[in-house]
Amino acid sequence: MQALLHQILSGLANGAIYASVALALVMIFKATHQVNFAQGELAMFSTYVALTLIEAGVPYWAAFVLTLGFSFVAGVAIERLILRRFRHASVLSAVIAFIGLLVVFNGLAGWFFTYTIKVFPSPFDPHAWYGTTYLSPHEVGMIAVTLVVLAIVFVFFRFTRLGLAMRASAENPQSSRLVGIRVGWMLALGWGLASVLGAVAGMMAAPIVFLEPNMMAGVILYGFAAALLGGIDNPWGAPIGGFILGVLENLAGAYVVGTHLKLALALFVIVAVLVFKPSGLFGRTVVVRV
Amino acid sequence: MTTTSAEAATSTSGPTAPTAAPRRLGKASLGLAALLTVAVVTPFLVSGYHVFQLTQIVVYAIAILGLNLLTGFSGQISLGNGAFYALGAYASAILMNKVGLPYWVTPPLAGAVCFGAGYVFGRPAARLEGLYLALATFGLAIVTPQVLKLDALEAWTGGNQGVLVTKPASPIPDQLSDDQWLYFFCLGVAIVVFLAAWNIVRGRTGRALVALRDHPIAAAAMGIDTASYKAVTFGVSAMYTGIAGSLGALLAAFVSPDSFTMFVSVQFLVGGVVGGIASIFGTLFGAVFIELVPDLANKLSEAAPWAIYGVLLIVCMMVMPGGVAGLVRSARTWLARGARSRTRS
Repeated sequence: MQALLHQILSGLANGAIYASVALALVMIFKATHQVNFAQGELAMFSTYVALTLIEAGVPYWAAFVLTLGFSFVAGVAIERLILRRFRHASVLSAVIAFIGLLVVFNGLAGWFFTYTIKVFPSPFDPHAWYGTTYLSPHEVGMIAVTLVVLAIVFVFFRFTRLGLAMRASAENPQSSRLVGIRVGWMLALGWGLASVLGAVAGMMAAPIVFLEPNMMAGVILYGFAAALLGGIDNPWGAPIGGFILGVLENLAGAYVVGTHLKLALALFVIVAVLVFKPSGLFGRTVVVRV
Repeated sequence: MTTTSAEAATSTSGPTAPTAAPRRLGKASLGLAALLTVAVVTPFLVSGYHVFQLTQIVVYAIAILGLNLLTGFSGQISLGNGAFYALGAYASAILMNKVGLPYWVTPPLAGAVCFGAGYVFGRPAARLEGLYLALATFGLAIVTPQVLKLDALEAWTGGNQGVLVTKPASPIPDQLSDDQWLYFFCLGVAIVVFLAAWNIVRGRTGRALVALRDHPIAAAAMGIDTASYKAVTFGVSAMYTGIAGSLGALLAAFVSPDSFTMFVSVQFLVGGVVGGIASIFGTLFGAVFIELVPDLANKLSEAAPWAIYGVLLIVCMMVMPGGVAGLVRSARTWLARGARSRTRS
């Protein structure tokens, strides 16, 4: 029983990471109908930036905030300089461009920071009072940080004019343009926010999976699965899908398939959702008129 | 497809047509003969390592051809063909090492295994539209190394250690070294599969595939069984990639999980895009590219080829989505148009 509870709770902690990644994917999907295959590598690169800052003597939380700033600027720049050109391209061209981005960031990380596996510090003291028998302080902190970030994202989109403008340009670009919203910049902002979310996930995941250029491969796969499970056009569904998958991963890993098939489980979820319920648990069924 | 329509157009366009079509065909077969001559003569002129590289180029060309049939012609995006490359390589290694079959029967068997696997994956995947298929195959690519490391399969796959493969020995060691023999073996396989692909693409099936890519609804309305065509194409693509994997295993004399990461699939994608994703002969450019560029870029850094690949993928999509084959094609049209306007004036 205790073991089961432990598996479920630490599954929620992993789920927090998947939730952030999934939300980032959904934000970009809603605005552009494109899937950002490079999301994980961007997050990995941001995490390296954070590590460089920390090693240069910047305190953790200052480095955290600086890294988020860097990720935001990088996300906006990538949208403005590169992906804007693929807004109306065919699906194949867009997917190839995203894979290109993925490979660029992976290669650059390997080039600048080498492929050696590095230890990334956790800001949460391993003996802190909020650690329990079931969850380490880092896992508790991970869940807390994710919930705070999700709350901020919610408040931003629900209660600010900028958030409203961004939602409007995702829902209906033409009308938004007519009421004076600069839709192109809203997309770029969305990209910036998505890469901030990714960076949070990267910095929270790095103490667990260790920092190396390929560290996000598993996380992004679970992020995809989470986004699809929750419904890829539903910003509420994505985090829920993330938490569900985190728990599912742990339970299946402990009791059913073993640790070596954890990634295959994510692939299975992806294929099963796409084939049997493409709109996910909370997504809208899209009916296309032909 | 393009040649048949072009020929149909020229044959109705006047008295010059009958001479024009055969002359162009003649040019094409002349080009092919020249290419084949180069392919046959080169291994006698260069050193052992370069023969190895040539062989690798032939192997890559087959793999990229598999991807082009699927992604370029039938429009199904695959980011996971590396999985079938791995399957073909392992199938070959296991058939030789554990079953004791001679090396030369393993490529077709590996191809058959991969056809089955591709068909089984392609059947449900046929229901997915472009982007979602890309997602599912991306997952396939990431999962592959982990599955190869499975404890349950270790008796067959050797787990992390992988499997050693005996390099084929030349039957006529006086005339051909082992490297050269393997090169000609691969070249022979390549010629067969390229001819087959050329025939698939030119005929009724090829037209059905292109119709599926360009307008799936119209294709279905014309009576093309979309689900079967898509699944079979997936199978054929996997078969080509698997045959390449099998030859690749013979060439490397070794298979291990870590040589089949997601980046194998990315490499094929780079080759396909650079050469021209909807082209048969573009695969050769692509294969040369992915064999030689890492060699050159490695001098900068171990990671440099990947950074270069990535930039190239993006730039290609921006400025030459048809790849090298597309450039050649448009250059030829441009030249022909220039010549025609000169003769008129």
